Order: sequence, then structure tokens, then C-alpha cells
Amino acid sequence: MSAFAEAALSSRAGRVQRVFSPGGIEAWLVEEHAVPLVAFEFSINGGASQDAPDRPGTATLLAGLLDEGAGPYDAEAFHRALDDKAIHLSFSADRDHISGHLQTLARSTDAAFDLLRLALNEARFDPEPTERVREQMVATLKRDLNDPEAMANRAFRAEAFPDHPYGRAVRGELDTLPSITRADLEHLRKRAFARTTLKIAAVGAIDAATLSRRLDEVFGAWPELPELVTVPATSVANLGTRRVIDLDVPQTTIRFGRPGIHRRDPEFIPAMVVNYILGGGGLTTRLFHEVREKRGLAYSVYSQIQSFERAAMLAGSTSTKNERAAESLAVIESEIKLLAQDGPTEAELDKAKKYLTGSYALSFDTSTKIAAQLVHLQQQGFDISYLDERNKLVEAVTLAAAKRVGERLFGDGALLVTAVGRPAGM
Amino acid sequence: MQQGTLLPQHTLTPSAPADGRQGAGPAITHSRLENGLQVVVIPDHRTPVVTHMIWYQNGSADDPPGKSGIAHFLEHLMFKGTKAHPKGFSDLVAELGGQENAFTAYDYTAYFQRVAKEHLVTMMGFEADRMTGLVLTDDVVAPERDVVLEERRMRTDTDPAQQLNEAVQASLFPHHPYGTPVIGWGHEIETLDRGDALTYYERFYTPANAILIVAGDVDEAEVLRLARETYGCVPSREKPPRRFRPQEPEPRAHRLVTLADPKVEQPAHERVFLVPSYTTGAPGEAETLEVLTHLLGGGHTSLLYRELVVERKLAVAVGAYYMGTSLDATRLWIYAMPTPATNLEQLDRALDDVIARISDHLVDEADLQRARTRLVADAIYAQDNQASLARWYGASLATGLTIEDIARWPERIDAVTAADVQNAARKWLDKRRAVTGFLLPEAVAA
Repeated sequence: MSAFAEAALSSRAGRVQRVFSPGGIEAWLVEEHAVPLVAFEFSINGGASQDAPDRPGTATLLAGLLDEGAGPYDAEAFHRALDDKAIHLSFSADRDHISGHLQTLARSTDAAFDLLRLALNEARFDPEPTERVREQMVATLKRDLNDPEAMANRAFRAEAFPDHPYGRAVRGELDTLPSITRADLEHLRKRAFARTTLKIAAVGAIDAATLSRRLDEVFGAWPELPELVTVPATSVANLGTRRVIDLDVPQTTIRFGRPGIHRRDPEFIPAMVVNYILGGGGLTTRLFHEVREKRGLAYSVYSQIQSFERAAMLAGSTSTKNERAAESLAVIESEIKLLAQDGPTEAELDKAKKYLTGSYALSFDTSTKIAAQLVHLQQQGFDISYLDERNKLVEAVTLAAAKRVGERLFGDGALLVTAVGRPAGM
Repeated sequence: MQQGTLLPQHTLTPSAPADGRQGAGPAITHSRLENGLQVVVIPDHRTPVVTHMIWYQNGSADDPPGKSGIAHFLEHLMFKGTKAHPKGFSDLVAELGGQENAFTAYDYTAYFQRVAKEHLVTMMGFEADRMTGLVLTDDVVAPERDVVLEERRMRTDTDPAQQLNEAVQASLFPHHPYGTPVIGWGHEIETLDRGDALTYYERFYTPANAILIVAGDVDEAEVLRLARETYGCVPSREKPPRRFRPQEPEPRAHRLVTLADPKVEQPAHERVFLVPSYTTGAPGEAETLEVLTHLLGGGHTSLLYRELVVERKLAVAVGAYYMGTSLDATRLWIYAMPTPATNLEQLDRALDDVIARISDHLVDEADLQRARTRLVADAIYAQDNQASLARWYGASLATGLTIEDIARWPERIDAVTAADVQNAARKWLDKRRAVTGFLLPEAVAA
């Protein structure tokens, strides 16, 4: 690595300020005035894993309604206030978090934070937008009902995490969405909107003093502690199971996975390196080479390590015509076993480390990407200095460590597999 | 990341004031090397990375008759290697920490890498080499054709909505090649071979047909120096390629295309109008269509959303999209998903009502101002993302626009009046210019 890139690296953490508001709310800030924009991202704990077992979709509906009327504004007036100043504001829920995404022209920063404050403290949940957003969620579920990828994911989730919140649908079910009440939404908001799990980042044309004032205005009224249900730790179940779901299409969509290694695990970095070699690295991985390039079995084939708060998995996917789908799966299984058994080669490890260190800078070239990265690091409990340490950790991975983590990650190679289509001989 | 992304032309508007009118961002420059290669430099000094793109001014609409999909197939084959790099250079890009990909659209094909800025010259060397040095053998061509067929199965053959969409496009363009999908028709992809790919390659891959876009932590002088050292050494082919495309006649009949499939649980409605593009339209016409589209279907404050979703509760979702960046006459798209209590005929009539209203009455001045504000702001937001800026400039120049056109876009949007919008709606949202698509469930015939 050149001296230049090293210098860029060491300056990355140095550019991030830790800002504390008078009320004690922390945010990470990169102040940058070259472009007259502000990106602001935050998250709190309490996503779909907090939904009542018979009300999946509650967190998603809540997130979808925060910008549908708040304080003095009904839904239409709220959207008009955003659009009049070209402010981008949205909220989303995943399994573990509810997140907010704000982007504004610097000249409209005041209005943007005012609207964010209203959305987070005075969302109205009026009947009209509630029914409208619910209907939109229903329509999306219906659209996905016979979509091969959505079907494979749904089956995978249910088999991987039976009797656990992670096995339920983040976006709800057709038969349960109608039963979510306003009281459910209010209850989740009350339990989850709290300051201790709040992670915040701002990037762009805003200074620390302005930001810290805004933090208190937006979040200052929230209680200190959330009242969240404890989600038990879990792992991918039903290894060795192959579930084929019949759908009249010419191609089989395959999802596969097994337990992973968590982002906070000391062996995560070597695991990321080994997964890059298997299927995490675009056009150069073993899976890409064996499944796509050599045999022409699929357009897309990949593997990734996913970390939820209370579980981690190695998961991957591909799609192959029905006649050859079994062959694709056999190649994938054999590649996983091979890597578990022999580990990567020295040359593969070297290439993986070069890519993973060299490409890290590409995650920091837009304000929204930087802000999202900074929130993610806080969620995982890392310090700002991790921005500089991360590449050193990647460079320190030895062949022995990679082989060891490969054995742990891939184990005996047993997979949970769900497949949608009409695969021959599977 | 997937090699060979298909881009059915993006939803982005041309963007970003090149004249520094918004008070941010250094000047964007455009020049030409002696061998005809165009060079555009978009400085962004915030992060020491660059986006390096090479655009060829040929896309699926230039596929020879009977060879649909050849532009896209060749794009895949471009990763197979040259004399200098027999296994391609993907491994080398990755070792430098680079990310790369390529995409094919109707009017252009583009290849890109994103890397730390000190590797720019290496990327230029790679792309210059494969501009004329491609080596193909049947061993690599055959499996790659299977990959493309799997890509088509994944995108289209397993998805009734995409199949309807193909039929709608084919009906809107019975004559012009925009009626053929970018990826090609399956039965023709199956016949494409090494000879087809090389013939096409030799016709189009030459400096005079290419546009180099470099966005990121660079300046013009440095980029031009490096471009001369690399691309400058690529000789021009004898004559620059020309595109021959039959143009659509004036449409006279509304067409309704219906696709019913037992896999459909959520019906959907679309209507596509044949309209001018930024390249074919009279001055200001495309900008007016941009504003009209935003007024109709741009988010929660749009006319269609207010009328069909919020007030009449006929639809759960609506939207509109103008594919303005296009070499030839193009599409203005309106789509909607009905509520369970609504059938597609009702939704269709309600859409007619809204279009009639915007043709018969001047739009509200506050609504118009909001639409203009949103669109002009997009040009400022674009400055935050060097990769999207590079795409916008590439797509615009590859369809015949200039960087001055892009620079003046915000002021042209600001100049659109309520009367312009009304006139455009009357002229272009004429149902005789449109194809309507119905996506319907079908009871399974056992």
C-alpha cells in the first residue's frame, strides 16, 4: 500500500468529531462544506424483533407512518412541507433497529430538523394514512407471494429461525397486518424511542454547535431507557434440510445458509476474508468462477455473512434453470467443503487482503454512505479509531487464522437449503 | 456486484450545474483526443478515489436484425481477456482494491472501475487495451451465453410483470428497436456466437465512438495527460461507426396489452406514451415533460397520488417516470397498483380523468413551484455522488447532449410555465400515442 493511501487512512478517524449535546446526546460528525448538503442518519434498537408474535409488521408500519402526518400537519401537509424545500426524509425498520434517513440542502437545514423533530415526537397515526400505508404493505406482500426470490427467502427464514422473532416476517403477513392497531404502534413507539440505544451520525455542511443544539431539540424529550423485550440468542436451525417449493417457472431460485460468525466476534475479520474468497467478492470468487464462469450455471451467485443483534449467518443465493439446478447446488456444496477442509491458498489470502483493504475507501465517497457507516460502527460498539484499525486487522490475518476460521465457519459444510421452482433431481 | 448489469435506461435526470451556478463544485470539462476519444473530467476532491468509466455510443437498439442481445452479450464477453491480459483484468482490479462492473442500455454500453486515485492510470491502460485487443474462444463464449440465458430467466422468464413490460414496449415501438428488450429475445440469444460478437466489436469499439468519464479526486490536465499515454495509443478504425435505426411513424391507435398469469396476486396497471427525448425534443420540451411527469407522479404531493390514492382510494401506489435521456423518441410511463376493491378498468378511467384535467386546466402555481424546486435540487444532491454524476454525464453525452445542455438544465427547468405544462399534456398525453398494460391474475386451469 502506498504512502498516500496510508495517509488517507490515518486521516479518516481524524476527520470524525464526537459531538455531545448539552443534554448529553452523542453524535459522530464529519463537517465538510465542499457540497452544500447535510446527511443525517440515526438508529435505535427495536425493529421487527419487538413485534408481538401475532402482529409481525408492526415496526415496519410504525416506520412507514412517521412521515405521514405529525404535529400540526396532516399527511399531505407534512409531505408538502418536505417537498417545498426538497428535503428527503424516510424511516425504515429491520429485524433489530428502526432507522431514520435525512438529507437536506444546507439552506433548508432548520426546516429539515424541525420536520424530523415533529416526526419523531408528534407523529399522528391518523386513520387515513394508517390504512393507506397498511394497504401498500399488503399489496407488496401480494406482489411477492409468487416471486421466486421472496418465496425462497421466506421459506429460509422460517426454517432457519423457527419459534424465534427472526423467523417472522419483518414486513408482516397478509393475515396479520389487518390486526395491527393504533395502540400497537403507540406501544412500540413508547418502548423503543429512547436515548440509550440511539446512534447518530451527520455528514456535510453543518458545524458541531448547530448539530448539538439540534440533537436536543429532536431527541431531548425521549426517555433515557427503552423497554424492549429481550431477544434470545439463536443460530441457523435445520442444517441438512432441503426444502423445495413448487412454482411453475423455468428456473430454480436457491437460497442456502448455515450459522455465521458475528460482527462483534474476535474472528469476524478473518471470517470476512474467507467469505470473500468463497463468494463475497464479486467477479473473482470461487463460487463465481466455478458456478458462473466455468459452467455457465447462473448469472448471480454469492455468499455473505449477515449479523443480526442476536444471530449471525453465512447465507448465499443463486438461480439456475430447472434441469441443472441440482448441479449448481452440488458445486456450491463442494466448494464450501473444499474451503473448510483445505483453507484458502496463500495467493488467495493475499489477494483478498489487498482487495478488502484497498476498497475500504470506496465506502466513504458520499455523505450518506459515510453517515450510514458511522451509525453502523456505533451499533456494533466500535470506537471512531476503528476506521483506522480496520485495515490493520485485515492485514494481520494469517493463513493459519484463515484456515482455522474456515473450519469454524463452514464446519462439516451442512447447509439449510430452500429452493423455488421445479428443479430436476433435487 | 454482478458483472453485466442491464440498465433499462436509468430514472435519473441530467444534472448538476457545470457552471458552478450553485456555488459548489469545480468546473466540469469536455475535450477530445486526436484519435477522436471524448474526455469528460468531473472533479470531486473530498475523497481520494476516482470513478473511471468508458462509454461506447452503441446499445441494444443498434443490434443488427436477428441478433438481438448482441450488445449485451459482448459486454459480458469483454471480461474474457486480451492478448495482454489473457484471463481478463478483474483479478488485477480487485487486487488494487477496485470495484468494477458494466452495463448495457438501449443507446450505450459502459464499463467502469472505482479505485483509489493513484490507480487511475492502470485502469485506463486496461480499458485502452480491451478497446481493440479482445480475444475470444468458443470455450469461453459458450458458457457465457448460458449465463446470459440464466440472466434472462431470472429477470423475465420467472416474472409475469416483466413479461408484460416486454410486450408493452414491443407494442409501443412496433418499428423502432426500442421495442426489443436490451437483453434480447431468448430464441435469438441462443444463436449468438463468437463471430457475431467479434463482428459487432469491430464495428463499434473504437476511440471515435467512445467517451471517457473520470469523476473524483483529479484535475483535467492530469487526466488528459494520462489519457494520452493510454487511450491516445489506440488507433482509430478506418471510419467511425454509424447507427442506422428505423424511426417510429406517428402513432394513431391506442393499444391495450393484457397479461394474465396464475402467479399474479396483485394486479397492476401501466400506461406508456411515446414522447420526445432531450435529444429529439424542441428546446425546453423535454424539460417541460420532466416537470409534467413530476407533477403527475412524483411522490406523495403529486396529482395522481392525491387523486387516485388518497382521495378516491382506487390505487395503493402510483408513479410516473420520464425516460428523457434517450437518443430517439422515448417513453413517459405512468403506473399504478389498484386497491382490492378496484378493477383495472376503473383505474384506467380514473387515470384518463386526471390526464384530462391537467390538459384542460392550468396547474396550481404552488404545485408547479414545488415540482421545479424538487427537480432543481436533484442537481445539487447529485454533487454528493461522483459515481452517479459520472453516469449522468455519460448517459447524456452518449445520447447526443453536451455538457452545456446539462449545465443549463436547472435554469431551463425553472423556466417551465403552467401554460407549457398544459400544452405538453395536450400534445403528448394523447391516448393515441399510448400503450396500456394490464397485469391480471388468472384462475389456474388444472
